[in-house]
Amino acid sequence: MSRLILKNIGQESQIFSHRIVVALCVMVILFGVLALHLANLQIVQHEHFTTRSKDNRVNIIPIPPPRGLIFSRDGVLLAGNRPAFSLEVVPEQAGDLDELVVNLNSVIGLTSEEISRFKKEVKRRRKFEKIPIKYELNEDEIARFSVNRYRFPGVNVTTRLVRYYPHGKEFAHVLGYVGRINEREAKWLDKANYSATTHIGKTGIENAYEPLLHGKVGYQQVEINAQGRIIRVLKREPPLPGHDLYLTLDTKLQMKAIEALGERRGAVVAIEPATGAVLAMVSYPSYDPNWFVDGISAEQYRELNDSPDQPLFNRALQGQYPPGSTIKPFLAMAARYYGVRDAHDHTWCPGWFRLPNVRRYYRCWNKAGHGAVDLKRSIVESCDVYYYELALDLGIDRMHDYLAQFGFGRVTGVDLAGEESGLLPSREWKLKTKNLSWYPGESLITGIGQGYMLVTPFQLASATATLSMHGHRAVPHVVGQTEDPVTGKSGDLLSEPPEKVVSGSNEDWDLIIEAMRDVVLGKRGTARKVGAGAFYEFAGKTGTSQVFGLEQNEEGEVRDKSKIPAHLQDHALFIAFAPINNPEIAIAVVVEHGGSGGRTAGPVARKLLDYYMAHH
Amino acid sequence: MKTSRNLFFRFHIDTPLLVALLLLCSIGLLVLYSASDQKVEIVLRQSIRIGVGVLGMLIIAQIPMRTILRWTPWVFGLGIVLLIAVMFFGYTGKGAQRWLDLRFLKFQPSEIMKIAVPMMVAWYLNDKPVPPSLFQIIVGLILIAVPVVLIARQPDLGTAILVGTAGFYVLFLAGMRWRYLAVTGLLGVIGAPLLWYVMKDYQKQRILTMFNPEKDPLGAGYHIIQSKIAIGSGGLFGKGWLNGTQSQLGFIPERTTDFIFAVFCEEFGFLGVLVLITLYVFIIVRCLYMAREAQGTFAHLLCGSLALTFFTYVFVNMGMVSGQLPVVGVPLPLISYGGTSLVTLLLGFGLVMSAYTHRDLIAR
Repeated sequence: MSRLILKNIGQESQIFSHRIVVALCVMVILFGVLALHLANLQIVQHEHFTTRSKDNRVNIIPIPPPRGLIFSRDGVLLAGNRPAFSLEVVPEQAGDLDELVVNLNSVIGLTSEEISRFKKEVKRRRKFEKIPIKYELNEDEIARFSVNRYRFPGVNVTTRLVRYYPHGKEFAHVLGYVGRINEREAKWLDKANYSATTHIGKTGIENAYEPLLHGKVGYQQVEINAQGRIIRVLKREPPLPGHDLYLTLDTKLQMKAIEALGERRGAVVAIEPATGAVLAMVSYPSYDPNWFVDGISAEQYRELNDSPDQPLFNRALQGQYPPGSTIKPFLAMAARYYGVRDAHDHTWCPGWFRLPNVRRYYRCWNKAGHGAVDLKRSIVESCDVYYYELALDLGIDRMHDYLAQFGFGRVTGVDLAGEESGLLPSREWKLKTKNLSWYPGESLITGIGQGYMLVTPFQLASATATLSMHGHRAVPHVVGQTEDPVTGKSGDLLSEPPEKVVSGSNEDWDLIIEAMRDVVLGKRGTARKVGAGAFYEFAGKTGTSQVFGLEQNEEGEVRDKSKIPAHLQDHALFIAFAPINNPEIAIAVVVEHGGSGGRTAGPVARKLLDYYMAHH
Repeated sequence: MKTSRNLFFRFHIDTPLLVALLLLCSIGLLVLYSASDQKVEIVLRQSIRIGVGVLGMLIIAQIPMRTILRWTPWVFGLGIVLLIAVMFFGYTGKGAQRWLDLRFLKFQPSEIMKIAVPMMVAWYLNDKPVPPSLFQIIVGLILIAVPVVLIARQPDLGTAILVGTAGFYVLFLAGMRWRYLAVTGLLGVIGAPLLWYVMKDYQKQRILTMFNPEKDPLGAGYHIIQSKIAIGSGGLFGKGWLNGTQSQLGFIPERTTDFIFAVFCEEFGFLGVLVLITLYVFIIVRCLYMAREAQGTFAHLLCGSLALTFFTYVFVNMGMVSGQLPVVGVPLPLISYGGTSLVTLLLGFGLVMSAYTHRDLIAR
């Protein structure tokens, strides 16, 4: 309170009043300057600006560029533009609008939605503007309208280009789709370049290559009269169409993969190891991207989104699965690289494995046991016990570091949006996410590709390609070439040669690859049925990844597979490449809840290999 | 001042100010109707916002200054917290993080600061002797700088400068010594070139365009050229309501929001402009008068600052539309289409009414 009393209220008021007067003076001066400036514009320069305003008759109308086309490697059109016809009305020429609507309705049929939207637009726009009344006329409607055209002055059919995907579902997960530009996109888009564009790439290639596909907007300078009517076109700057894309995808191989996978949920990815070119990429079930082009109803979208089959979900790029036994060849390489196992070191497999002082049994899939197993046999017969012991000897740190060289645990860098990174567990990862230290038991199950580890089918195919190339990796890509339709100039997007990314001696690579050959072509291979009768040499590895942790039952009860419901059945995996020397194709197949990798996923890969080897 | 004790006064409403504000809003709706191609729904939506704003203003006017004084640090603190929240959870629009999405409404916390910063500085100086000492000015400048830096980082340089100005007016009205003002001004002059380096390319472009709009007639300069043609061709009497060719044929960009003044100038001419400026001057002078009549340092400083801030908005917008100031995205107060700035301004006038009409209650 004492400080308050100290304050001199009178002095404060006086200073405040003084300052207000100063502020008022400044304000009067500033407004005065502004008024003088406005007077200069409106009175002194009035004539000049009136002339400019009258001359201000040149309006600029943007013209949308046609979107770049997308072709497959073999030249099949995958995404094109088709003309769509709509009916437009110029109110001032059309006479009585209510009568017009009734007459048009009897000729081509109008929905009540179309009528009410049209009437709303009429109120909003000027009388000489074209107002669309019906979009997407079919040929029948166009024909019927054309015959009756004399009855409808001021009504015209106009054309615009609409994206369409001739193959529908088959390439949906690669191509993605375009949709109407939404508010959020409108905010960051280049307003000038998109001033006439209505659609934009939402997913897949359409999204990843949007800047190339879109092209450059064109302009039409038109002269308008004082009411805003177009009198004549002064200048036309044609739009520059977007670049065409040539994919690395082979249509026939893609179809083969779709056919081979059939009605099973899963994914197939095929990569050319030497270049990283993606030859096929399938995710089933799929959807028709054409649904999204002119807007999908909320109901339809909900149905797609809520479907237990998740057709919108790109399993090849975003599905994350435990790799199961497909991880074994990679770990066998790690064992050789770190010198933990010699080719001829044996591990005794009695059908189970136990950690010292732990009651729990870790079982081999072969309950009878494999007996003495060496490195090669461990892959050929997929012995789990061998890898339990190996994982223990390697330790999680070395497993993590070596597997990371193959690209596990991070995105492959393919030119598609939305890729998942999978999960390569490590000590740091567990401490960071779960705040727990790493247990040896977790190394064991990582050794057979279970536990925390997750891979995407795409990652698995890329890693298989790297393995087939003795540790050399080319960055995977879907677009092989772009072409400027105006100049005809083509540009290679990715032509980098493969790079050595995984360490290992040639001897060891050969050993592992020979073992993988014997998986499919050897007498005791786990997938010998898959390889039976092949006219070429190839290498493969099966994998079965658990969805449901029955096998790790402490007492090791016999597992009765028939009792497990379908949605808890194991995922079936298969990786393969061919030929053994100078591989041309590397494949990863995942069949969700497919049971055994050799039985369900293997044959899918075999069909692709058969086709590809026969035709290349 | 006993003569002004009428019924309205008892309900803490200042009749001259209310009438002037409503008159201005009505002119705004008329111009908006023309600028929006005669869209009734836009005019209706804006009317609802005006209604909400006026209601909020009248509610604020009922709260005595004592209570507002007590709330001030909390309002300011909340504003700072929200600004920090925007940094982390903000909704990004137009490349800047300014919006906070509360599900039922999206708003810019920086808008609160346009009132909260002058409130806080006035609160701080309320029980200090006048004129403020160097130490008090430095504390005041820090109170201003914290939110300004947070807003500038969003990045929203325009709002940051306006918020800073509002806080600075409080220091000025409190009797900040001329030599301190001179030093601050000098620092500003030295600091301005430094600002050039932190500015984004588009911001630099706007300033360059202001000096030479003809250089880029189809890009950024287009706005200014078209807007000047609209103003100039309006002449002394204007082309008449709904008859501005520049406006009606779509040559003026953003003509319902930032550039609505150009529409007004084209259709109502220089005489209309004089009427409009007179109305604005009346509101500002009335507020300054009310600020002087109010009691207590807090009330003086806050109301005075709000009045001067209002003047700044008007001047900056008119200057920018007529090509004298860079295009900074300040709407024309109470006329431009849009809700946020309208509501904030009206709430500010609520504070002024409260300070003026509650003065007997805090008499010492």
